[in-house]
Amino acid sequence: MSFFNFARKPRRPKSAQTAKDRLQILLAHERSGGGTAENDYLPLLQRDIVAAIRKHVPIAEDDVEVRMERGDKMSSLEINIELPRSAASS
Amino acid sequence: MSIELKEKPPLGRVIVITSGKGGVGKTTSSAAISAGLAQQGFRTVVIDFDVGLRNLDMTMGCERRVVFDFINVIQGDARLKQALIRDKRLDNLCILPTSQTRDKNALTKEGVEKVLDELKQEFDYIICDSPAGIEHGAQMAMYFADEAVVVTNPEVSSVRDSDRVLGLLSSQTLRAESKDAAPVKAQVLLTRHDKARVESGEMMTVEDVLEILAVPLLGVIPESQAILRASNIGTPVVLDQPSAARRAYEDAVSRLIGNEVEMRIEGERRPNLLNRLFGRAS
Repeated sequence: MSFFNFARKPRRPKSAQTAKDRLQILLAHERSGGGTAENDYLPLLQRDIVAAIRKHVPIAEDDVEVRMERGDKMSSLEINIELPRSAASS
Repeated sequence: MSIELKEKPPLGRVIVITSGKGGVGKTTSSAAISAGLAQQGFRTVVIDFDVGLRNLDMTMGCERRVVFDFINVIQGDARLKQALIRDKRLDNLCILPTSQTRDKNALTKEGVEKVLDELKQEFDYIICDSPAGIEHGAQMAMYFADEAVVVTNPEVSSVRDSDRVLGLLSSQTLRAESKDAAPVKAQVLLTRHDKARVESGEMMTVEDVLEILAVPLLGVIPESQAILRASNIGTPVVLDQPSAARRAYEDAVSRLIGNEVEMRIEGERRPNLLNRLFGRAS
C-alpha cells in the first residue's frame, strides 16, 4: 500500500553536501575570472598541440581531444591523441 | 505632503536590498526591513528600483495610492514630495514607488543621485529595493549604496548569483570607485531556511552558505506561511501577526542598526503526520 511506502521512504543521500561542493568548485573558478579566459585558452592549446605533433606526424584536427576536469584541489587536463597506425609502428 | 524635520540631523544611510536571482525575497525583505527600521523610530524611505515590474507598492499595501513615481521625479514631471507615499501604519515610513510603463533607461545615475541626495536630508535610512539580475536597474540600485543586504536562498543558483552580486558590489559602486571611501558593507540575509530539511541533510546549512560567500550574516528567515500571508494582505511581515519570520526580520533590523543580537534559527512547526498525508509534505 502506498500509505506505508510513504511513511517508510528511505532517506536519500545528503544533497546539501553535494550542493556545497559543487558551488565551491564553481565559484573558485568564477572568482578567478577563469570563466571566459578558459574558454579561450583551451581551443588555442588544442591548436598548438596539434601543430606541434603535425611537425612530426601527419594527423587530422579531430585526432586530438582535449578535456578539462575541474576538481576541488586539483584540476587535470587530459589530452588524447590518436596516432595513425603507420606513424605508431614506424 | 510634508515631512517634518526632527532636531537630530538624519543619518541618510543608503542600503540596497539585492540578490542577483529573482524570487528570493528582495521585495518582501525590503518591505520588512524598512517597516522594521521605522518601527524602531528611524525616518525611513523605501524606493522601488524595479522599473517595469513594480511590486513594492503591492507588498506595502499602497498600490492604490500611487499617483506620481520615482521616474516622474527623475524626469522632472513631479516633485519628490508629491511622489512619496506616507505609510498608513507608520508615520515615519515613506514609499517611493516606481513606474510600470516607462523605459528602463529612465534611471540615470545623475537622476538617482539627485533623488537620493534629497532623501538623505530628511531620512535616516533609504532602502533601495533592487530588481533581479545584474543589468542597468540593479546597478543603479546598488551604485550609491553604503550598505548592501544580499538576499540568498540556500539553493545553488541563488548562492552563485549572490556571489556575482557581491563581486559587483565591490567593484561597480561609488564607494568602490572612490579611493578614500570604505567599501560597501555587504551582509547576507538567508531566506526560506527550513530547519527540518537542514537537519536531514537536504538543505545547505547557514554555515555552508557563509563559508562560500564569506560575508557576515544579517539574519536567517525561516520558510514560513506568514510571508505569503503578509504579502497577500499588503502588510510588511514585521507589522503582521507574530510569526517566526517576523521575529527573524526584527532581529535582522536590530543588527542592521548596530545591536548585537544572538542568532536564533527557528523552524516552523514540523508538519504532523496528518498534514503530510494531506499534501503539506514538502
